[in-house]
Amino acid sequence: MLSRTASNLFWMGRHLERAETAARLIDVGQRITLLPNTDEGYQSEWKSLLRASGTIEAFTTKYGDVTQENIEEYLFFDRENPSSVVVCFEKARESGRIVRTALTGQVWDALNVAYQELRKIEKTPRNKLDMAGLTDFTTRHASTVRGAINATQLRNDGWHFMNLGYGLERADATARLLDVKYFVLLPRIEFVGSGLDSYQWQVILRALSAHRAFHWAYGGDVTAGRVADFLILNGESPRSLITSLYEAVWHLEGLARRYGDAVPTAARDEARQVLETLQNRDIDTIFDEGLHEFLTWFITSIGSVAALVHQDYLQGSA
Amino acid sequence: MEFYNEMYEGDKVREPYARLRNWVDTMPDDFRQMKQAEAEELFRRIGITFAVYGEGGDPDRLIPFDMMPRVFEQNEWRKLERGIKQRARALNAFLRDVYGRGEIVRAGRIPARLVYQNEAYEKAVAGVVPPRGVYSHIIGIDLVRTGKDEFFVLEDNCRTPSGVSYMLENREIMMRMFPQLFRGNRIEPVDQYPELLRRTLESVAPAKCESRPNCVILTPGHFNSAYYEHSFLANLMGVELVEGQDLFVDGEFVYMRTTQGPKRVDVIYRRLDDPYLDPLCFRPDSMLGVPGLMDIYRSGGVSICSAPGAGVADDKAIYTFVPEMVRFYLGEEPLLKNVDTWTLWKEDDYKYVMENLPDLVVKEVHGSGGYGMLVGPKSTKAEIEEFRKKIEADPSNYIAQPTLALSTTPTFVDEGIAPRHVDLRPYCLCGDRIELVPGGLTRVALREGSLVVNSSQGGGVKDTWVLSE
Repeated sequence: MLSRTASNLFWMGRHLERAETAARLIDVGQRITLLPNTDEGYQSEWKSLLRASGTIEAFTTKYGDVTQENIEEYLFFDRENPSSVVVCFEKARESGRIVRTALTGQVWDALNVAYQELRKIEKTPRNKLDMAGLTDFTTRHASTVRGAINATQLRNDGWHFMNLGYGLERADATARLLDVKYFVLLPRIEFVGSGLDSYQWQVILRALSAHRAFHWAYGGDVTAGRVADFLILNGESPRSLITSLYEAVWHLEGLARRYGDAVPTAARDEARQVLETLQNRDIDTIFDEGLHEFLTWFITSIGSVAALVHQDYLQGSA
Repeated sequence: MEFYNEMYEGDKVREPYARLRNWVDTMPDDFRQMKQAEAEELFRRIGITFAVYGEGGDPDRLIPFDMMPRVFEQNEWRKLERGIKQRARALNAFLRDVYGRGEIVRAGRIPARLVYQNEAYEKAVAGVVPPRGVYSHIIGIDLVRTGKDEFFVLEDNCRTPSGVSYMLENREIMMRMFPQLFRGNRIEPVDQYPELLRRTLESVAPAKCESRPNCVILTPGHFNSAYYEHSFLANLMGVELVEGQDLFVDGEFVYMRTTQGPKRVDVIYRRLDDPYLDPLCFRPDSMLGVPGLMDIYRSGGVSICSAPGAGVADDKAIYTFVPEMVRFYLGEEPLLKNVDTWTLWKEDDYKYVMENLPDLVVKEVHGSGGYGMLVGPKSTKAEIEEFRKKIEADPSNYIAQPTLALSTTPTFVDEGIAPRHVDLRPYCLCGDRIELVPGGLTRVALREGSLVVNSSQGGGVKDTWVLSE
């Protein structure tokens, strides 16, 4: 497979997942603003979201005020925000168009339909749109594309690259969403263990469409330890760090098997090692070490796996 | 002016159109509209679009599709086919000659200036003989009809003629929407085209290639207006669609970057113009090509289809000499006629043209896509005078031709069925053999009375049938 083809499939997967993450961020923020107001109002929570997605500077430079409208505009529509829903869908569709020959008709169709409808939404006056509708739109179309991929694509190297993109992006996104908690809590440590604290954890579960799953898995109270365990170490949880990483490793193993010894496997080796480290942790040691420190380590590791994927497969020169 | 209507002979429907006539007559209006909408939906979904960037409006424009096919009888087609193959042989002989000894120039049959000072003449490949001596591998020859047995060549396209995807998709969509038409008619298939193209490309692999040749299509990228066609052909041929950045030169060969490391490339079907092929040889500012490609080409490490420099055979100034080429190289009489052409750098021609501008069609020598031309009888006085000034400023940049009475075929329009002017572009493949599929791309001027069929000028396309015996 052409390296450029592989790269486009990989990034198609990443961007589709990233679009969903942007929608989830909007959802988290939306729910946080429904909190009983603290002294500073909800502004600091929104800021924490932007900080977690690494875009606070770009946002404040352009919009200044943190208002609901500005945030929506920024996270959903803004073409200057490389992680906005519109930009991510557009990039995914563009990647898909470039590698049309590697996609089934059904996948292309799903991508193209999402893009066409998005263009319609863009032209709709903003006051005619509601937040929930926008996040629904995003998750619905992202699911349709993913469904088409799973139902129709050949299980070949192209499939591995797409899903590798999904897996790495999801691992990164869950880690960043969890990190939001860190930024929310940092200035107000006195809230730990309070009702507010538990509400915020619930919000994060909801944003990951995981609150029901959480109750099935753990029952009872939402505590920091349980939520973190669910989102980091629980192998049944579909978006947990360990599940996402496990899937990424699985696809990297698939590529290594397919390509044999002649092709380097640095990405697989690195990913395997990160997975192993994760498997050897329990939630208490992670908290002892510091959640934020742990997440920072994890996000950096995912970054280096992605860089190694690039080196192993996407450059293509000897 | 009288126009030849391909469907009628007097009041009588011509034999090849007999069944179609029935089909149309019994077709309810709402059924037609429903089918038209269905066809558009299919084109849109498949993504057969003609991307037009930088002109505003919808960047993914559909080319209007007319459901009424154009029909040729077997014997009409055989004649055309012989003429096209003859012309293709002559054009390649000409290219072989002008990058070699230049006999035709020495014999005084073509002015040296027109060849060696032609923009498309690539000094960089003089003396290079590509495999099997073929320079132009896919030749699109634009034809118009003016009478029952009267065909004229309007233009030869020896570089990278586009539109073949429409020929194939139009057929696909017609078969899907009207299977009964195909059961009732004996219509020769065209879908072997991609296979023939691949065979043609493989047949011109360089001598250094020892295994089955690895052929690729080189595209300028997804912003190109013909990108759909590039990916469509790659798909049907089962070859990689590459961009310049996917290729690199190492030692004696060209390689493509793959997930499993470098893989050698033997034949490149490029859909990229000469100036962009290799920044080291041509335009240094181009990012589209492959640095060092031309060196590998010259030393026989890779074949480029069509060969760099092939364009010198197809501009409007050289066009006038193609019949001469047929006589000179093949010792035959040309089977297909050229349109009478006045070349404005000749004094007599200049004088005649300037006196008769309102009756003539004037074209820029290097113009394409229906731009930069004057259709005298369809223009206002002011337009004619404006064009006159352009010609005065640079006479040698223009040629003129009489306004041809282009044939019409029945076409679905808002009011029902009406005659509209058409042309035809068949695609001739030149490798170890010269071949073409029975059919081509029929372009139709959808505006009433218009003689300009280019898609950039509001033209549409229709399926082209050749009936078997």
